[in-house]
Amino acid sequence: MRIDIAGPGYSSRAQRTLTVSGRVLEALHLDGPLLLAVLAVCTAGLVVLFSAAGEDVGVFLRQAARVGLGLGVMVAVAQVPPRVLRAVAPWLYAAGVLLLVAVALVGDIAMGAQRWLDLGVIRFQPSEIMKIALPLACAWYLHDRPLPPDFRTLLVLAVAILVPVLLIAEQPDLGTSLLVAAGGALVVLLAGLQLRYILGLGALLAGAVPVLWHFLHDYQRQRVLTFLNPQNDPLGAGYHTIQSQIAIGSGGVFGKGYMNGSQAHLEFLPERSTDFIFAVIGEEWGLVGLAVLMVLYLFVLARGMYIAVQGQDTFCRLIAGALTLLFAVYIFVNSGMVAGLLPVVGVPLPLVSYGGTSMVTLMAGFGILMSVHSRRKLVAT
Amino acid sequence: MAGSVRLKDHWGEQRLFGRRIIAATVVILLLVGALFARLFYLQVVKHEYFSDLSQGNRIRIEPLPPSRGLILDRNGEPLALNRPAYQLELVREQTPDVEDTLARLVELELLAADDLERVRRLIKARRSFDAVPIRLQLSEEELARFAVNRPDFPGVEVRPRLTRHYPKLGTGVHAIGYVGSISEADQERIDVANYAGTTLIGKLGVERAYEDDLHGETGYQQLLVNAQGRRVERVGLSTPELTRREPVAGNDLYLAVDARLQQAAEGALAGQRAAVVAIDPRNGDVLAFVSTPTFDPNGFARGLSYAEYAALSTDIDVPLYDRALRGVYPPGSTIKPLVALAALQLGVERPEARRLCRGAFQLPGSSHRYRDWKKTGHGSVDMHMAIAVSCDVYFYGVSAEMGIDRMHDFLAQFGLGDKVGIDIAGERKGILPSTAWKRGAFKQKSAQVWFPGETVIAGIGQGYMLATPLQLAHATAAIAMRGQRFKPRLVKAVRDARTGALREIPPEPLPAVEVNDPAYWDVIIGGMVGVTNDPWGTARRAQIGAPYRIAGKTGTAQVFTVGQNEKYNEADVAERLRDHALFVAFAPADDPKLAVAVVVENGRSGSGTAAPIARKIFDAYLLPPDQQAAAAQATVAAPAPEGEE
Repeated sequence: MRIDIAGPGYSSRAQRTLTVSGRVLEALHLDGPLLLAVLAVCTAGLVVLFSAAGEDVGVFLRQAARVGLGLGVMVAVAQVPPRVLRAVAPWLYAAGVLLLVAVALVGDIAMGAQRWLDLGVIRFQPSEIMKIALPLACAWYLHDRPLPPDFRTLLVLAVAILVPVLLIAEQPDLGTSLLVAAGGALVVLLAGLQLRYILGLGALLAGAVPVLWHFLHDYQRQRVLTFLNPQNDPLGAGYHTIQSQIAIGSGGVFGKGYMNGSQAHLEFLPERSTDFIFAVIGEEWGLVGLAVLMVLYLFVLARGMYIAVQGQDTFCRLIAGALTLLFAVYIFVNSGMVAGLLPVVGVPLPLVSYGGTSMVTLMAGFGILMSVHSRRKLVAT
Repeated sequence: MAGSVRLKDHWGEQRLFGRRIIAATVVILLLVGALFARLFYLQVVKHEYFSDLSQGNRIRIEPLPPSRGLILDRNGEPLALNRPAYQLELVREQTPDVEDTLARLVELELLAADDLERVRRLIKARRSFDAVPIRLQLSEEELARFAVNRPDFPGVEVRPRLTRHYPKLGTGVHAIGYVGSISEADQERIDVANYAGTTLIGKLGVERAYEDDLHGETGYQQLLVNAQGRRVERVGLSTPELTRREPVAGNDLYLAVDARLQQAAEGALAGQRAAVVAIDPRNGDVLAFVSTPTFDPNGFARGLSYAEYAALSTDIDVPLYDRALRGVYPPGSTIKPLVALAALQLGVERPEARRLCRGAFQLPGSSHRYRDWKKTGHGSVDMHMAIAVSCDVYFYGVSAEMGIDRMHDFLAQFGLGDKVGIDIAGERKGILPSTAWKRGAFKQKSAQVWFPGETVIAGIGQGYMLATPLQLAHATAAIAMRGQRFKPRLVKAVRDARTGALREIPPEPLPAVEVNDPAYWDVIIGGMVGVTNDPWGTARRAQIGAPYRIAGKTGTAQVFTVGQNEKYNEADVAERLRDHALFVAFAPADDPKLAVAVVVENGRSGSGTAAPIARKIFDAYLLPPDQQAAAAQATVAAPAPEGEE
């Protein structure tokens, strides 16, 4: 079977030899369409951020530097062949778990939660490593096992997922722990987890909700309750949701215009340059602006899934597919939260929100996609 | 994989993966659909509504602070109330230049210059749309001065707010505590949203410990404001739905404290650095909780100036220090009834056995002389007599035979050496020494060794042993109840602001002290009755003229150590190095209703200084008002006896 959705620069041998940029990209193991789409989203993000941060040039430059750093990481990761990634995967996972344990023992407490590990020069969140290390480890484990996975394999995977997830939930960082869990779960789902397990797990989760509720921290419960009824607490937890909906709603179809969002510029909208930047786009660029952003995102997703389907072996397919879908999860969790469809969890809008850690992680993920793509199967099977 | 008989089916697996990707695509498209449906609803269907909210007219949410719960004494006498006052508030997002505004307020003398740093930090800590109180309780004259200059200060407003008022000034201040401005540190322990309109928070004592009860729930109202932040009724044709939720007042607290008794105790201690804790032994109710000197807590609610606070905190008599809760003193001879009880329970001594007191005690094989407070000695004394005359030599011997660890384990049952668990924070543990304690307390190996001589002086409550007045009152109450113990409590009931229902907090029993023979209690209580009733009792004057019987024990705690062959000469010793005077007692002896511990710093003599204070407290509590004056007459005249206990 031959799949015909090939990107520009790769559709034919003739074209590939003709373009100089194509040759450069190939030498660097990069994928032109994906790179272009990622750059487009980042550029749009920087433009929006400049307004959201109150025309603060410093913020703009810092974020631009982070985009640059992220691209560097992406190019570096793209040079690593998938088989090396596969060999490294279990060690990366083990290191991540050890770091999480270290955080639990000696981590700094910032904003009431213990998430940061201070390495003298840099402080970072080991949970961020897990966003990539966990899917890698799951894909590595499934690589030479027959699919769909049997019960014993699933059990091992469940433990491998739960250990870091519980460690992160304990920090406490419920949002990140759920995202990390999603990364592992997506690999298993793509590996062909049977429908009966999916339904069974769904039923189990539904049953576990009252139990989980019992273990949540007060502020976490507050967020869920406030999501169910934001008017209940308009001064506290409901404030974010109410103000972000006012921002989006008042933007209308075409928006109030760049740098004209009164909600954002009069500081009514909290966390406008980080988690709630989606509302700034909605206010200043309207439904049209959000649609454009969403089209860019969808292009990234489509290209990612194309690369996954083209993957040369099980590991490549699983990791490329899972990372792409994880990117989709970030997009929908953040936009759903800002639009009032989901409770407020601290998840940034990928590639757009102000902040360095998630930018680097995402770019590393795209680097993996590119590595997979440049060593895809050249002959259709 | 071991045990697996399945082989990898590459072709099948690829098809499976492809199907999953297609399913994922469908899910993504559904999510995009849901998101855009929501965005369409917000941005097209409800666009006008949200537009109204955001453009031109905006909704400001103004918090409605709840009124703080009252604090009343056990009879409903008010101890902490709310009173209207005017305060200056600043809203950051409506103030063009915060720094300049503050500077001009200082110029008008509406803000103290040395207060600026605190105000700045406070403004930064609050959200930009919160009204931050920058000055509490303006005087009439200051109010007028601001009113004249009002147009120059956009974003700054005068608001009437309820403030805290303590009608009895310093009475019970160490128990009640006080409120003050919410500091940065306070922000950490509160739900900031629920304190959006609140300016004062409990800082100490009951005000702090019961903050959650007292504060109540903040309400809010939505206000329509124009671009300048001024309130408007409506603009154009649209009037957005404005909601309002009423605040819920805090719960009222009924203290176990009896304000009348509290004031009587404070009166009796006037001019002294001292502490009194009076407990109802039958339920743990703290009826009086005194530390003197006291101070006026109203200043804290108003906001003390830097100089006022400095004067309070550097006062040599440290009025801010809660001596009843945090003052640790050597219990001195007040510990003797407990040591006697330990001796009975552990079989070290029989009640009728006599020991000879010649004025000093020596450990076998040692030349060191442990002196009795009475130079000539008490002669042959049994246990009753030893307690009544407070014979040191008797207890030196008993404790040397008992050993420090057995003594520690027995006395610990009375709550010494650990927090008693009163319902306000800050309690100190004191020290109940043991060999294990000493190993943990000192770093140096050589200092960790326990010496036999240290056991000897522990028997008369000297050496390492330290206790708070609260611990002493609690232990005395336990003796009065023959071992039964209750956790001391300052708050006995809470009135729910929502329902008006009064919820009594039930007394909380603590593990009782058990002894082999109930008659042991008779021996030591008999000894304590002897202290006040025997012709040779150390505090016999405290009983004169009282229609009830007091069981007590005097104590004197050394502040200044006298050398082996020197004589303690009061005149030579500076006032602040004089002995502390202690007295613990309960009454009536046969039906205990009140247990009291009195500690007077540098009061010299337990019997001369502390016991008469305890007597006044018993009179105030146990006698009807008309008899109190007569009883007081009877005790005042007696002169201080020999410089003893």
